[in-house]
Amino acid sequence: MKAFTQLNGLVCPLDRANVDTDAIIPKQFLKSIKRSGFGPYLFDEWRYTNYGEPGMDCSTRPLNKDFVLNQPRYQGAQVLLARDNFGCGSSREHAPWAIEDQGFRVIIAPSFADIFFNNCYKNGILPIVADAAVVDRLFKECQANEGYRLNVDLPSQTVTLPSGDSFTFEITPTRKHNLLNGLDEIGLTLQHADEIKAFEVKHKAAQPWLFAQ
Amino acid sequence: MAGKTLYDKLWESHVVREESDGTCLLYIDRHLVHEVTSPQAFEGMRMAGRKPWRSTSIVANPDHNTPTKDWDKGIEDPVSRLQVETLDSNIKEFGALVYFPFKDSHQGIIHVIGPENGTTLPGMTVVCGDSHTSTHGAFGALAHGIGTSEVEHVLATQTLVAKKSKRMLVKVDGKLGKGVTAKDVALAIIGKIGTAGGTGYAIEFGGEVIRGFSMEGRMTLCNMAIEAGARAGIVAPDEKTAAYLKGRQHAPKGENWDKAVAYWNTLKSDLDAQFDAVIEMRGEDIEPQVTWGTSPEQVLPIGASVPNPAKEIDATKRTSIENALKYMGLEADTPIEKINVDKVFIGSCTNSRIEDLRAAAGVAKGKKVAGNVKLAMVVPGSGVVKRQAEEEGLDKIFIEAGFEWREPGCSMCLAMNSDRLSPGERCASTSNRNFEGRQGPGGRTHLVSPEMAAAAAIAGHFVDVRSVH
Repeated sequence: MKAFTQLNGLVCPLDRANVDTDAIIPKQFLKSIKRSGFGPYLFDEWRYTNYGEPGMDCSTRPLNKDFVLNQPRYQGAQVLLARDNFGCGSSREHAPWAIEDQGFRVIIAPSFADIFFNNCYKNGILPIVADAAVVDRLFKECQANEGYRLNVDLPSQTVTLPSGDSFTFEITPTRKHNLLNGLDEIGLTLQHADEIKAFEVKHKAAQPWLFAQ
Repeated sequence: MAGKTLYDKLWESHVVREESDGTCLLYIDRHLVHEVTSPQAFEGMRMAGRKPWRSTSIVANPDHNTPTKDWDKGIEDPVSRLQVETLDSNIKEFGALVYFPFKDSHQGIIHVIGPENGTTLPGMTVVCGDSHTSTHGAFGALAHGIGTSEVEHVLATQTLVAKKSKRMLVKVDGKLGKGVTAKDVALAIIGKIGTAGGTGYAIEFGGEVIRGFSMEGRMTLCNMAIEAGARAGIVAPDEKTAAYLKGRQHAPKGENWDKAVAYWNTLKSDLDAQFDAVIEMRGEDIEPQVTWGTSPEQVLPIGASVPNPAKEIDATKRTSIENALKYMGLEADTPIEKINVDKVFIGSCTNSRIEDLRAAAGVAKGKKVAGNVKLAMVVPGSGVVKRQAEEEGLDKIFIEAGFEWREPGCSMCLAMNSDRLSPGERCASTSNRNFEGRQGPGGRTHLVSPEMAAAAAIAGHFVDVRSVH
């Protein structure tokens, strides 16, 4: 997993509540057996005016000029600004894969859906929950000022606005440590293999039917 | 000290270790696997040279990409076919307790086959790279969806890195009226608390109405917990749970059965248990529900009219209503009963079990699908459900009424195979999500119960099933 420490990134505002994972990456792209290459299909049905299929060359597809991702001022954005309940719906990790592949490393929203939120951390994306009033202010400032950037600092858990104002965000120490160091969670867990084995022995003695073969 | 909730008990009985910030390693008993969210996980295992921790925890089967007709032609879409064949070869390499390949007589939707063969049991932790894993909570299991990185983590370590959720009790007491189903209860709950209402929570469903549900009804309800934002929905096991499981292939047998049932009887919230949130509803207040928008929370009783955004004061909500009406091709204030349907889909992990098919057949019996309905299809949840329905003659009832009787799979719930809506088509669907494009690009989905879907197929528009049946 890619490590994340600090980022000064251009912000792209996606002003919609309840953005679901079907919108983030439509189902036809889930047929891929790879974990990369989803970026061009991010928000496919909003981004293009024709129907996308896996393997399509997106550079020649007709764009929906009104969609934020297609506007010149937001090209190269690394911070996605979103509304409530971002990432609701399915557990598909293709959603954070597509977001990361497009170049986003941070998502700021008043709330996220649980599974999506969790999936972000597995892919080096930092999802930040901010007060609705703060998110409102960011939307207004971002829409009013071309080239609007935010500075996101994970060690101090702080987001700094161009004005110099800042706000802090929560993250569990375990997630912070893993993200800062880009750690392989499976490798970490396997350091506790003996504890897992000991638990398994006890669990099997109590409920042998769970281990029927 | 306050007593424990069922969720507390399930959680605590699976904690392998806990970090100082509350992050836990949680032991996983059952790992359900399908073709869409697993290939990258198996590939990761292969690249790291890892072996599965306990392959006998795995129950696998392809379901999203499989066609529902012309099985003799195989899977025509080469991309879909490759994904299904990749699951075949991964299971062959890594092993599983149960694997039903495409066209096996037991193959079906993963959330239907788990309970069906007794591999989902009370007290288990159950995960799958699929958000509708919450379905299995109907058995008093802690069951939730995970991402592909976590699929790989469970394969390699038999654990998940997880933090405990908050605890919510949704209690529905009283009695449901005739024609009101578990699906309507689920939609009414989502309508009340919203699609983010359960975010951060595990929901326990309780009360007389839930106790009165069959196992199928409880599965429908827990299936939709994720649409209320909760990763897990749980119903405490009882005598109905045990009766459903007894004799199933992988259910405990003999002495183990008695021990298991004794343990399952302890799986309930203590009388003095504390919940972080409690929602109470009355069964009498719930009517047959129909979603009108592009989020499951955009739902109303059948007798209502589509909302008017002009009456909404909150700007974000007003925009959501306007966006939804535009996408759905609906005028504000249209009575729901005046909305015509083009297609009808009865199926999905929400509503494709035998009881659902019996209920829909009960409405369709002796009637004909309306002329304006281009396609009405019934997709059983598994090969087992299909055969049982055929033994009961349900297939004939559907076919005589003009429905298509298909092979099992996820089908038009998410349209990864060729069953899909064309742009602008409107569908009465027993599935779980009415998101934009969910059933096909530009398709318009209205979520309903099996009875309401069958009634809409016959009438050609939404209709109160209580008035026609």
